Amino acid sequence: MKSSVAIVSVLALASVPLWLRDPYLMNALITTGIFIIGAMSLNLLLGFTGQLSLGHIAFFGIGAYVSALTSLGFDAGLPFDLRMVHEPWPPIIGFVLAIVVASFCGYLVGLLSFRVRGAYFVIVTISFAEVVRLVALNWVELTQGPLALTNIPSITIGLPGLGDLTLRTKLQNYYLVLAVAVIAYVLIARLVHSHFGRAMRGLMENETLAVSVGIDVTKTLTLAAVISAGIAGAAGSLYAHYIRIIDPEVFAFINTVTMVIMVITGGKGSLAGPVVGGLIFGLLPVALRPIMAPEAQWIAYGGVLIVILFVLPRGIVPSLAQRFARRPKRIEKVVPVAFSERDAKEHA
Amino acid sequence: MSQFLQHLINMLVLGGTYALLGIGLTLIFGIMNVVNFTHGVLYTFGAYIMFIVVHQLGVNFFLALPLAVVAGWLLGAAIELTLLRPLRGSDIDTTMLVMIGAWIAMQSGALWIWGGVAKSVTTPFPEAPLVLGPVSVSWLRLFVLAAAAMLIVVTYLLINKTKLGGAMRATFQDRDTASLMGVNVDLIYTSTFAIGSSLAAAAGALLGPVYVIFPQMGDLAAVKAFAIVILGGLGNITGAVIGGFILALAEELGAGYVSSGYRDAMGFLIIIAVLIFKPTGLFARSERVG
Repeated sequence: MKSSVAIVSVLALASVPLWLRDPYLMNALITTGIFIIGAMSLNLLLGFTGQLSLGHIAFFGIGAYVSALTSLGFDAGLPFDLRMVHEPWPPIIGFVLAIVVASFCGYLVGLLSFRVRGAYFVIVTISFAEVVRLVALNWVELTQGPLALTNIPSITIGLPGLGDLTLRTKLQNYYLVLAVAVIAYVLIARLVHSHFGRAMRGLMENETLAVSVGIDVTKTLTLAAVISAGIAGAAGSLYAHYIRIIDPEVFAFINTVTMVIMVITGGKGSLAGPVVGGLIFGLLPVALRPIMAPEAQWIAYGGVLIVILFVLPRGIVPSLAQRFARRPKRIEKVVPVAFSERDAKEHA
Repeated sequence: MSQFLQHLINMLVLGGTYALLGIGLTLIFGIMNVVNFTHGVLYTFGAYIMFIVVHQLGVNFFLALPLAVVAGWLLGAAIELTLLRPLRGSDIDTTMLVMIGAWIAMQSGALWIWGGVAKSVTTPFPEAPLVLGPVSVSWLRLFVLAAAAMLIVVTYLLINKTKLGGAMRATFQDRDTASLMGVNVDLIYTSTFAIGSSLAAAAGALLGPVYVIFPQMGDLAAVKAFAIVILGGLGNITGAVIGGFILALAEELGAGYVSSGYRDAMGFLIIIAVLIFKPTGLFARSERVG
């Protein structure tokens, strides 16, 4: 996406609270924004390294729990009569710790999973998310289990000269989420266009060739997993401090699927893809709410995912970009995506 | 000791149905290279068909099981024909995502049609369990074990003794050569998916009356089936049977001696451990993975 388009988009999104006063819609936009950050981090793995992580919500949920527990404090028993006691810290430290811990978990999963690829990688990531969910559900002393962590404080930011600002209103949280989303977008964009990004895409398109020119597979993929998990953890932290209550359901598989749908429909391997897909699928329930029961909405979700995979297998943004970039000199602007065997045959 | 024996009995009952789930998935995974996310939903549908046939149509309990198998077979064939056949030749991620879409739509459909309230099936078996010395087992569970064992044997014979089974095994070994030898690969794929689906539906129809029936019951069943398949090795039917019993044993012992809250975590821990230490499965010939 050209930088002028990006700047106009950000300005347009920044102007939304000026004319939109409806609190329900604002809430939908904020939670959508948080999930878009998660989807962007998923896209880093799925779109640029080709690894389908279906346990991505684990990093999001770990970020949410770490941030919430840091700012709430806890007192939990450990084996051998040890106790783990923690006094509440400011939520902003929780936000940082959420990124650190989620990144570390990303490192572990990356290290373990890149030994196995394809379907096996998918199943390892699902298993990881489910184990984390079961721990959150059963370690009641730490996480309150199904009773949920409640009264999570809002994020407080120290502004120079203005004192501390606690972000309680929807307006403040909207700009916080927008700011984090822009930072994440710029970070991912710079990463993708760096040497490291080219190494990732090289691996995705032809691993044997990439290895033969000296790209370190494990290092590249693990680093991608670490950064991706860290961004997802940041999104989880925002979620915890905005919603202010989290329970183990945050780890539900359907939340990962929501992120995957956002990435796939928008276009994997396209920087703007998760944003476009996220806005469509985040706001679709708002549009469908008056006309459809929630169960029917989910039927539509599944149906739309199937239809998009059949009709626009590369996603909305790459398909549109290709349509608008017929002239050869602009083809190079299109971020390459993985070609399936069938695509390759069509192009041949 | 008697507690341990009781766990072993429970393991046999649970393991039989897990083996059914695992065989169905390993056939589909092994022959078609499709990660079948609808497997759990077919398990759920099998259980609901049991409920509908027994309670709403008033048909005999023992007749409901074959009906569930047939319904699973038809539904599986329909999924294969509409969703998988047009996508043949596309990469494994695309088919996986399409199956995820189908899973969401079907599960939400179940929730829409039957509601979220758990249902239970009344069975013709006596309430009082069969007591054998220190252990006891309900008649229903014995029936489940017997039916599962019978279905496993039938599937084994189907795969190993019939012409269709021979064609399926040939397709598993080498699709292109099988096709050159006159095997109708499209037909084999549809049959494989239908057979796998009918086994999942049978597992749901058997375990549904033991527990309760609700739309999301298939989610855990699906992941357990994945664990069994990975444990036993891709496309390995004997491995899937043994894997089913190992998973059941791990769950029983985990629930009995660690914490019942972590019963369902056993499957996932097994997946992670096997993939780290022996990614080809416990009983596999050496074979490239991924």
